[in-house]
Amino acid sequence: MIEKEINKIKEYKYGFSTDIENIKAPKGLNEDVVKFISNIKKEPQWMLEWRLKAYKRLKNLKEPDWQKPKYPKINYQDLYYYSAPKNFEDKPKDINDLDPKLLETYKKLGIPLQEQKRLNGIAVDAVFDSVSVATTFKDKLNENGIIFCSISEAIQKHPDLVKKYLGSVIPLTDHYFATLNSAVFTDGSFVYIPENTRCPMELSTYFRINASQTGQFERTLIIADKGSYVSYLEGCTAPMRDENQLHAANVELVALDDAEIKYSTVQNWYPGDENGKGGIYNFVTKRGLCKGKNSKISWTQVETGSAITWKYPSCILRGDNSVGEFYSIAITNNYQKADTGTKMIHLGKNTRSKIISKGISAGFSDMTYRGLVDISTKAVNSNNYTQCDSLLMGNKCGAHTIPYIKNKNLDSNIAHEATTSKISEEQLHYCQQRGLNSEEAVGLIVNGFCKEVLQQLPMEFAVEAQKLVGISLEGSVG
Amino acid sequence: MEQRARTDFDKIVKNSNFSKNDIDFKIKNLNNFIKNGFPNKKQETWKFSDLNQIISKNILNLSFYNDISVTNKIDSSNFIDGLEHNKIVFINGRIEKIDFKYEEKNKIKITDGINTKNNLEEINSIISLNNAFTNKHYKIIVKKNYSLKKPLVIYSITDQKLNSKNISLRLDFLLEENSFLKLIDFFSDTAENNFINSLYNFDLSKNSTLKNYKIDNKTNNNIRYSFNNIEQDENSLSETFVLSSGSSFFKNEVNCNLKGKYSSAFINGIISLNKKKHHEIKTNINHLKESTKSYQLIKSVLENNSKAVYQGKIYVNHEAQKTDGYQLSKAVLLNENVEFNAKPELEIYADDVKCSHGSASGSLNKNSIFYLMSRGLNYTQAKDLLLNGFLLDVIEKITENEIKNLVKSSIGIKE
Repeated sequence: MIEKEINKIKEYKYGFSTDIENIKAPKGLNEDVVKFISNIKKEPQWMLEWRLKAYKRLKNLKEPDWQKPKYPKINYQDLYYYSAPKNFEDKPKDINDLDPKLLETYKKLGIPLQEQKRLNGIAVDAVFDSVSVATTFKDKLNENGIIFCSISEAIQKHPDLVKKYLGSVIPLTDHYFATLNSAVFTDGSFVYIPENTRCPMELSTYFRINASQTGQFERTLIIADKGSYVSYLEGCTAPMRDENQLHAANVELVALDDAEIKYSTVQNWYPGDENGKGGIYNFVTKRGLCKGKNSKISWTQVETGSAITWKYPSCILRGDNSVGEFYSIAITNNYQKADTGTKMIHLGKNTRSKIISKGISAGFSDMTYRGLVDISTKAVNSNNYTQCDSLLMGNKCGAHTIPYIKNKNLDSNIAHEATTSKISEEQLHYCQQRGLNSEEAVGLIVNGFCKEVLQQLPMEFAVEAQKLVGISLEGSVG
Repeated sequence: MEQRARTDFDKIVKNSNFSKNDIDFKIKNLNNFIKNGFPNKKQETWKFSDLNQIISKNILNLSFYNDISVTNKIDSSNFIDGLEHNKIVFINGRIEKIDFKYEEKNKIKITDGINTKNNLEEINSIISLNNAFTNKHYKIIVKKNYSLKKPLVIYSITDQKLNSKNISLRLDFLLEENSFLKLIDFFSDTAENNFINSLYNFDLSKNSTLKNYKIDNKTNNNIRYSFNNIEQDENSLSETFVLSSGSSFFKNEVNCNLKGKYSSAFINGIISLNKKKHHEIKTNINHLKESTKSYQLIKSVLENNSKAVYQGKIYVNHEAQKTDGYQLSKAVLLNENVEFNAKPELEIYADDVKCSHGSASGSLNKNSIFYLMSRGLNYTQAKDLLLNGFLLDVIEKITENEIKNLVKSSIGIKE
């Protein structure tokens, strides 16, 4: 029995849960729960009104159902919408005040908040279930005028910025899951980079769902003011549970004139066991707005986890000469399903976008790339290049490509390419001949296949991602 | 519309001698059509071409009743010159002539009767409409080991008498083992504001070959929909070429089921549009057995407020290992206010396959124009030369020389 448990943990090393007393909102979704969340976070009236407006709209909305991976109906009344470690009612001011158990959890995850202070490199904001527990390097960032804190704190301390930008990219009138998030979002990160500032370090958020029957609805808002630059990393894990848990986050990016935002995700939510039981439903809305001239937003994602991944990090290229990029590796194994891709909406002149998507499916999994490139009449002289490659391992899995290409402008060019293939016998033979076993050989070839995307990740993440790619495919060969 | 469809339907049934079975089948289809109406943009496959809106905008009082009791005079000036061919002539939706004068009599059989076997009506409501209102279900059988000596040309002709009508044409073909059929669809319309839908169902037995060329080149003011369903057995081959240019709206849909090993399907198309025309080519290739092959090449040239759509799908199921699938669509946008939409789709469940697609759209290459102009051509000449070469690429894919020349001369392409 114990051995079995150990084996299970080996497969997904983040599959532990932490025994911490939680405060939860009453089960179910109703106006009172929305008020409860707003109240417990001591939010101002305008925020509550905003949430209620979203909730009101949600009542008349239908869940979309056009996606490829189908899932059993989610009972939204059977979920907890708020869960927080008990002693968080008064948020600790210093990391040293944190519950040692929490710190232990983060240590297991490989995010040593304590040591982080001494290491020079990444500023971390850790979100545990529904609340942001700790943000490191605050002082150093403050020196540069950079605001990096939880969104709840930002609502209290920087209401003007939040009021101005919250919902400006993903409005209240968006689709079902985005609206649900607007009504019940609990926490998330907030970043503001002032004019002409280059953020001196990588900013990072770590999300973890701990409590069972909890949905996680975080909201991230990043604003890069004129001439600024920021690179932001996001990682996620969850304990192993037999039930499916919903994660419906909203991420909004705003880049003003000459600003650049680089957003990287390594998503490693619990994918369910090898029979497809349990796992996270990752239904996330991520959207960036290149508001100013010469702005740039770049999404990089490595998607290895979740039972179902359903998300399209998008760029709205409104400013002239703005650039949107999307680099993605999505790996599905066992019974995982993914429907992911991007949208590039060209509105300004001379806008450029590039999409590189690599999909790998193994086992009984199913992977879909779905993307939209839309060049409007006003987007004179715009360019898009799309490349999506899929790799199949075995004939029980599926790989699909569904691009939507709309060109309304005569001076703009769109090019799209896609291929589907498998690892050739010759390549495998070549590697094995040189002394690699079959798993190592596959690992090597897959890493080569993904190289274009892995290169885009910041160094610390690239190493982790490369390992993750190998682990995700373990046992899929032979 | 519902009331109109029902009364027109009753009128048709009263004036013809359908069997009880036929009437039941037609009523089922009529109900299905009335339930769903014309397809609209809410349906994924009609996302870029909202037929319901196009019909209600362009056709006032669409009538489903078409008087087929009167014979129409055949005007031989509509026929293709300089090409010996067999004919089937539809005038205003009525079959006026079936003529296989170049072929051996006992090698071609024509039967009449509704084929209810395949459930095509589940694909979309226009097929239900076609089933409900078509007056004849002819089936043409090409016997074993027989190759037609001359191509068969199906003329679809309308004259000015026809207005605001729904015309449903239907033909079934069975190609027995080792047989060969060349088929040209030729559209010639002087009527205006009609909705003309045609449905062909092809059954290709082992080793048989079908070549189908659709030529819509004469400018007219009709809304047209064509659906080809091709079922392919072992080692059979189908070649479809579409020249989509004349009608004000035209959606060409080809559904190909590669059900036998080594079967292959080739689809090539040209969409050449001006004015406010809106054309679409939609293909659906299902690779169901191993070692099957498909190839698609679609090129579009768009001018003056026109809109072209290409939706292509390659589906490969678990069994279809060693599939080779290729899909390429290119578009040249010549003016402002034109629009090109594409959705090239791959759905793959087998691992030992080679599938790829590409799609590109943009304006003419400025460097190429500059190169030609620096050698003494004026702008129009340079542009024409480049477009000529762009389209010639597709036309060269036509495997029948006489038909290749016919297509070339009909759109004025030089070598």
